[in-house]
Formats: sequence, structure tokens, C-alpha cells
Amino acid sequence: MLEIKDLHAAIGDREILKGISLSVATGEVHAIMGPNGSGKSTLAQVLAGHPGYEVTRGSATYDGEDLLALPPEERAQKGLFLAFQYPVEIPGVTNAYFLRAAFNEIRKSRGQDEIDPMDFRDLVEERLRLVDMDPDMLSRAVNAGFSGGEKKRNEILQMAVLGPRLAILDETDSGLDIDALRVVAHGVNSLRRPDNATIVVTHYQRLLNYIVPDQVHVLAAGRIVRSGGKDLALELEAKGYDWLVDAAPASAPAGVAGAGV
Amino acid sequence: MTVQSYVDAYSAFTRDHGRNPAWLLPVRRAAIERFRERGFPTTHDEDWHFTSVAPIAGAEFAPMAGGGDVDLADLDALSFGQTGWTQLVFVNGRYTPELSSAGTLPRGVEVRSLAAALRDDVPLVRERLGSLAALGHDAFVALNTALFVDGAFVHIPANAIVEYPIHLLFVTDAGAASGVSHPRNLIVTGRNAQATIVESYAAVGDPVYFTNPVTEVAVAENAHITHLRMQRESERAFHVGTTQAHQARHSRYTSFSFATGGALSRMNIYTALAEPGAEVTLNGLYMADGSQHLDHQTRIEHIAPNCTSHEVYKGVLDGAAHAVFNGKVYVHPEAQKTDGKQTNNNLLLSPDAHVDTKPQLEIFADDVKCTHGATVGQLDEVALFYLRSRGLALEEAKTLLTYAFAADVVQRIDDLTVRAGLEALARERFVGPMPASVG
Ligand SMILES: Nc1ncnc2c1ncn2[C@@H]1O[C@H](COP(=O)(O)OP(=O)(O)O)[C@@H](O)[C@H]1O
Ligand SMILES: [Mg+2]
Repeated sequence: MLEIKDLHAAIGDREILKGISLSVATGEVHAIMGPNGSGKSTLAQVLAGHPGYEVTRGSATYDGEDLLALPPEERAQKGLFLAFQYPVEIPGVTNAYFLRAAFNEIRKSRGQDEIDPMDFRDLVEERLRLVDMDPDMLSRAVNAGFSGGEKKRNEILQMAVLGPRLAILDETDSGLDIDALRVVAHGVNSLRRPDNATIVVTHYQRLLNYIVPDQVHVLAAGRIVRSGGKDLALELEAKGYDWLVDAAPASAPAGVAGAGV
Repeated sequence: MTVQSYVDAYSAFTRDHGRNPAWLLPVRRAAIERFRERGFPTTHDEDWHFTSVAPIAGAEFAPMAGGGDVDLADLDALSFGQTGWTQLVFVNGRYTPELSSAGTLPRGVEVRSLAAALRDDVPLVRERLGSLAALGHDAFVALNTALFVDGAFVHIPANAIVEYPIHLLFVTDAGAASGVSHPRNLIVTGRNAQATIVESYAAVGDPVYFTNPVTEVAVAENAHITHLRMQRESERAFHVGTTQAHQARHSRYTSFSFATGGALSRMNIYTALAEPGAEVTLNGLYMADGSQHLDHQTRIEHIAPNCTSHEVYKGVLDGAAHAVFNGKVYVHPEAQKTDGKQTNNNLLLSPDAHVDTKPQLEIFADDVKCTHGATVGQLDEVALFYLRSRGLALEEAKTLLTYAFAADVVQRIDDLTVRAGLEALARERFVGPMPASVG
């Protein structure tokens, strides 16, 4: 489904991703872990099409199509969804309007009619229950004045309503207490289907107790320094990141290995 | 048109309008004298620093003769589609009863043509017209006083509560191209009166003309007047309008200026908080593109102690539009315990659009709370990306954020019909129709 090869990305003249290769098949859950500043969010944002990052080398294909050639909205319309690490506040636009506009844009791109507002209401109400959110938040402006936890849940609500094929969750767990974490994990798990896939970006192992990954990748200084099964997460939990970061390939330029520590 | 040609127009006008009550003639004469002495303001004039009126001063505008080819269907797009409203329609400067409609009004409320009220020499008009502060100092106000023909006279007597808005609609059509009108409105209230008045300036087609209105509003003790001013002139028109309110004890004046039209326009919104406990809200939204020049000057005079003023103006500018916002707040030495807050936020959609924003606080009392702030910015890139990452195309995302920026101030309007009407106009100004209930 997603095939990333030797991906390099930069902001200005600063290279942040330094050759990432990753292959995600339908039905799979991949976890990307790594210390702060290792490039996890950059990878997520580049995949979603953030115009501020320049891809300097490599490729990413999505269902065989050149993902990097598409504007962000077309990626979304084709089923890619990024739950932001820092969800954005949009004063003046209600959640209800935003959800419906996004839902209908995706339908339109597939040649479908706009959804009947009553049917949409029903869908949203059902999905609100899935993430245990108060229907009142529909009439509030998108993320404006939301607590950290409310923002994260709101991302999962959007995901639940839009029903993506490939979801990337960027530190959706950070800042959540254990109950909220369970709710979010439950939401993600109930949306899993054989024909979709999830990339879970996280700093901590604990989320992976609830969303069990098929593969775990460790990112350090813009490179994947280790990949393994779900046990790798436990090993990281026990040993920390240093042993992997220190063992980063010798070809890494001086100074890079320690960048995120 | 030179100053002299307005003076000539005045001579012709006073010959034709001999029916005016005798008391008005010296008022008019003093006004034209003042205008003749001072002429049009220039950009050396502090109040006109960012706006040159040379295109108005240098053009030939003939006094509009009334008449015109406006019918009820034309008014659909210019009114709020509500029954129950009283709507006074003026075409090319003259009251047009065939197009006007009387709504439900409490006993004693008068909404009528000012020309007719002058013919009847209504005492209240004699007492109040031209009485509000400083009207003689401004060239355009002087010109209006000398040359006005018609406008609205609204009287809300003591304790009257008018449920539906009163709409004063001034329409100019192609028949009045190259013409000038000087609409004059007088709004007088009694104690505890409440009403919403919408004053609109609009065109059928896109003729070139000049509208120079003046509106005086006397807000009596404990009265609450909501006053929406809509400047939707033809994009080739010129408009210089002045509203002067005067507020008595514990009165509330809630003003909203919505301005999207005109090639060159200037809106002066002034109020005097003359007695303790008065409260004013001056809000506004301006949107311009192309080569439009759109200037607001507001002036809040805190004369008495314990008065409150709140002001939020927002602007959205595209193309090579130029907006000016000058918000003056004067706090007189006696006006202790003044509470004043002013904000002006501008959104620039194009690199060629620009805005001059100038908050101007002059405070002569020591126990006051006054704040002001102004911003000029572009659409938030992060928010744009967020919307796009959910499937909204770039243009749609821009539209939505622009609308959200503007809607914030429109949503402060209490009357739901007026609010919905302005929301729709704000959407259409840049984006074409969009579904309701965005915000
Ligand atoms: N907009 C930006 N401008 C400059 N540097 C950036 C920007 N975004 C990220 N970086 C840098 O890129 C590196 C990776 O950041 P990020 O992808 O956010 O890491 P992570 O999500 O793994 O914590 C960090 O060193 C960060 O400072
Ligand atoms: Mg991150």
C-alpha cells in the first residue's frame, strides 16, 4: 500500500530525513518510535504533503501512485489521514461544518453526491460515541480552546468520520491519561479493517499495549536504525534509545548520532 | 468639481427649495460659507492623511434630480427579505413611497421622509437637526448641510420598543450617473426607547456617482439604539458618510459598519458619551479588492465619567485594495472610570493589498482603563495545511479561513435576520455562496 524508498527531506538547507525506506501493506499496523527530534513528525508531515518540507531525494508511492506528486488535499481524498501531533485551532469554523465539508470533499472526489445532512448527523453521533466525546463539541470552533486531550480525541473523531485507508497517528497518545489512551486505542482498533493500514508514531511503548503493531521501526537522526517485531518496543522500554542511537550506522555524519539525545 | 461649482449649485438650490422652513436657511448659508472658506480637505489634513479626495474634488457631479428606474425586484437583493420591517426607500436621493413599505410600529413611532417633515415644520426636527456636536467642522458635513434635499426622519418616543428593524435604503441607479446626493437622516429617541435601524447605501448597476450622507442620532437616557450602516455602493462610486451620535445617561448605542463598495469611500462614525453610564459598541467589517480605497474613521468622545466603549473592526483586503482605519478615542479630564477597548484586525489576501491602521488614544483623565491593538496579517499557513490535509482544496480552505475571520465580528450582531444577511454578504464578497452555519 505504502512504499517509501530512500526518502530525504529538508527544511531550507537543513536536511531532516536522511534516507528512509519503509513498506506498509494493507491490514498492517506499523509503529515508528524514536527520541525527540529524530524526524518522526517530519516523516508524517511529508507523507501528508506539508508544503514547507522539500523532498530532496527518494520516493513514496501509495497504491502504486507517486504520492509526493499529489497536493495534500488529493492525498486526503485518496484515503490518507494524518492525526496531527499539534492539532490546529480554527476559530470561526465549527467542528460540525468542518467534518461535513471534509467528508463531502472526499465524496465529491470519488464522484459521489454530498451526504444527506441527517444521515451525516447519525454517522457523526455514532462516531462520537466511539471516541466518547460530548456532542456539544460539534458546535464549538475546531480545536479552539480545546484541552490537549480534547484535541487528540478530536483528531480521532475526524479519522473515524472520514474512514481513511492509511492513517498516520503522530503522538496521539502524548498528553493523554490512561483512560483517554484506552478510548483512543479502542477507537483506532475498531476502525481496523483488512484493507486499511495504520502507522502509529509514538515516543512511548505504552500505547503499543493497546494498539499492537506488526512491525516497530526506530528512527534516529533522520534514519531508521532498527526494525523489528512488537518485542522491539518492549526492549526500547527497558533499555531506552541510547543503545540504538549510539549504534547508528557509522556512515552518519559526525554529530548526527547524538542529535536527538 | 470645484468648490465654486458647489457654491453655484447652492445658489440654484436655495432658489428651488424656498419651501424649506425659514430657520433652516441661515444654517445652510453658514454651512456653504464654511465650505467655501475651507474647501475640500487634503492629505495635509491630519484626518485625511491616508485618503486623498482629489478624485471627488476634481470630478463634475451634478445634483441628482430624483426619479430613476428602480423597481421592487431590484430591491430584493438590497433588502433582508423580511415582512414586518418598515422600509423607507430613497431613489437617487429622493424618498420613493411606491417602493417603501410600512411595517408594524408601536404607537407614536415616526419613520418618514425628512423633506416631508421639513415641509410640515415638525418641531423636533427644528430642535435637533444640525444640533449634534462639531458638524460644521468637516467640509463634507458642511456640504451636506448646505445642499441636502431628503433623507429619513425617525422618532422613537419614550418607552417605545420597536421589535423589527427599520431599514433606510438609499439606491442610486444609472439614471443618476455623474450625480451627487447628500442624504440627511435624523434619528431622535425618547427615554427607554429601543430600536434597530439599518441604513443602506447601494446601487443598481455600476454607475459613477457621489453619495455624501450625514446621519445624526440622539440616544436618550436609558435608550438602546442599534445602528447598522451598510455601504454597498457601486464599485465605481464615491461615498463620504458621517454618522454622529450623542448619548445621554445610561444609553446604549450599538453601531456596526459593513462596507464593501465604492471606488473611494470614507465612513466617519462618531459618538459622544456625554453623560455618565453611557455605553457604546462600534464594530465593523470592511472588505475590498481591485483598486478600491476604503477608509473608516471612528471617534469616541468620553466626555462623562463611568462610560464604556468597545470597538472591533475587521478588514479583508484582496487585489490592490487599500484600507484605512483610524480609531480615535478622546477621554476628557472629567471622564474618570472610563473603560475603553479597541481592536482592529486586518487580513491581506494579496501582496498588493495594503492597510494603514492607526489607533489614536488621547487620554486626559488619570483613572481610566483603555486598551487598543491592531494587527495586519495573512492567512495562517498551518491552518491552511490542516484543512487541506482533510481534503479541502486550497481555494476552498482559503475561502473558509477568510470567512471565519470575517464572521467573528458579524456574529456579534444581535438581530438574527440582520446577522444572517451580513454573513451571506460576507461569504459572497470573496467566495461565492457557501452553505450556512459555518460558524
Ligand atoms: N519547521 C521547522 N524548521 C526548522 N527545523 C525543523 C522544523 N520542523 C522540524 N525541525 C527540526 O527537525 C528535526 C526533527 O523534528 P521532528 O520531525 O518534529 O521530530 P520528532 O517528531 O521526531 O520529535 C528537529 O531537529 C527539529 O528541530
Ligand atoms: Mg513529533
